[in-house]
Amino acid sequence: MAKLRVTLRVNGEEREALIEPQATLLEVLREDLELTGTKHGCELGECGACTVLIDGTPVISCLALGRACQEKDIRTVEGMADPEPHALQTAFAELGAAQCGYCTPGFLLTAEALLEEKSEPTRDDIKDALAGNLCRCTGYIKIYEAVELAAARMRGENAQPTQEAIYGQQ
Amino acid sequence: MLRLPEFEFLEPSSLEEAVKMHESATEEVAYVAGGTDLFPNMKRRHQEPQTVISLGAIEELSTAPEEVEIDRRRFVTIGANVSLTDVSGNQLVQTLCPALAKAAESVSTPALKNMGTIGGNLCLDTRCNYYNQSFEWRRSIDFCMKKDGDICWVAPNSPRCWAVNSSDTAPVMIALGADFVLMGRGGEQIVPAAEFYNDDGIAYLNKGPSDILTQIRVPITPGSGATYLKLRRRGSFDFPVLGVAVWIRWNNKIVDDARIVLGAVASYPRIIPEAATAIIGTDLDDDSIEAAAAAAFRPSKPMDNTDLGLAWRKQMTKVYVRRALHELRAQTD
Ligand SMILES: Cc1cc2nc3c(=O)[nH]c(=O)nc-3n(C[C@H](O)[C@H](O)[C@H](O)COP(=O)(O)OP(=O)(O)OC[C@H]3O[C@@H](n4cnc5c(N)ncnc54)[C@H](O)[C@@H]3O)c2cc1C
Ligand code: SF4
Repeated sequence: MAKLRVTLRVNGEEREALIEPQATLLEVLREDLELTGTKHGCELGECGACTVLIDGTPVISCLALGRACQEKDIRTVEGMADPEPHALQTAFAELGAAQCGYCTPGFLLTAEALLEEKSEPTRDDIKDALAGNLCRCTGYIKIYEAVELAAARMRGENAQPTQEAIYGQQ
Repeated sequence: MLRLPEFEFLEPSSLEEAVKMHESATEEVAYVAGGTDLFPNMKRRHQEPQTVISLGAIEELSTAPEEVEIDRRRFVTIGANVSLTDVSGNQLVQTLCPALAKAAESVSTPALKNMGTIGGNLCLDTRCNYYNQSFEWRRSIDFCMKKDGDICWVAPNSPRCWAVNSSDTAPVMIALGADFVLMGRGGEQIVPAAEFYNDDGIAYLNKGPSDILTQIRVPITPGSGATYLKLRRRGSFDFPVLGVAVWIRWNNKIVDDARIVLGAVASYPRIIPEAATAIIGTDLDDDSIEAAAAAAFRPSKPMDNTDLGLAWRKQMTKVYVRRALHELRAQTD
């Protein structure tokens, strides 16, 4: 089938690409735009690794057609560091909220959308918001703690991780 | 990578245009709304439409929940393309149809609910452990009759497919007595939710191929209560392996009318009239609740084609019907 010319607004930048008409947003981001921060996991909606934000809302990029995402604001993990790491990225790094890191972009973006809506989420709010993102090695506690830490800092609090929460320290 | 096959993608802006496109397709054709059911199925080659017609640009399908009067009855109406997030988070739905809000909330994951629509949920393809597998997996044991083969691996002597209706909101719609508005070749048609589903894993919807579900109308019944309970392995992601939807109308603390519907135990949401009969005319005392639970247990016949053991799932029918009725009784105290 003939390729299709599309224009996508990714992280605030207009990007043109010549894509396979049936390509998913995930494929377009990774293969046509070389934005490989968005990860492919199950590719069936069952893991959340490929989560990106469309108009601020988390969606599963492996189940969206790239061509159907034109004229929307797409945000990938590459857009989070601007150029300094986002508070969530710093908190994830400080607390060791990633081991292999494969699921991290999806968690970061989902958490960012949550914090945009609720600056002071409860632990349950965080659990509910992240319920569609699987992590198979870190476990979820450090991820929840990192979101809480980032949220506190984004509210302007001088929050520091508790000593026992820092990976590798006494 | 698990990629979509090639297909022609059409984006009509009106219902008439969409129906016309569907009617004029010469090969396999499918509508798509959120794509969270169709696209995984296409990736695994369960469904191989050469033409995919998006319903996304048809504005009237996106009408948010509203309270309206039709023929002197009050309804909450919902456009078929409203996302599950917008159904479960809608204040009108939460206040007037809390069981529906709960069922929509229980579906899949937050991001999938942002994409998946209520219409897509009600038209969801039936599911089976031998079907929801990759092309290679299915080929390795030989294809089953739902797609590409002749046999049913769940019941090899059976002439039919037993794939399971796994929609969370379908049993609730039937329990609440909702109507579905369809638009098709012959114009508009209104079908009660209870008549929309067939007991057949393949021809699971009682509608013409080009009919589009446009609107859901949930009646508002004064003095009624309803709930939905869902059994699944994890608190997120998983389809129901049992859904129990119960609706009750009270008259002076006596159950005046009731509907009890089981999801995910058959190819269609299974209405259990004998369970409703067991509580009608009672004040929902313990004995009548037990009688209803026993009545729902008998016809609940899950097959060995979803998650978790089937004997246990059948047992849980009793437990969940009992829990649902206790919950509704507590609401009146
Ligand atoms: C990981 C995962 C978990 C899931 N968990 C659940 C769950 O727990 N419970 C559950 O119920 N579902 C679940 N789903 C299935 C699905 O996400 C939802 O049912 C969703 O609501 C489907 O809506 P959609 O708009 O994405 O449907 P689509 O994929 O767009 O469509 C589904 C089917 O309905 C047809 N269709 C869509 N809209 C219309 C219309 N208006 N008129 C006529 N036909 C139409 C399509 O042709 C297609 O056959 C899950 C899916 C995934 C990937
Ligand atoms: S119930 Fe039988 S025919 Fe139907 S999908 Fe499962 S194995 Fe195939």
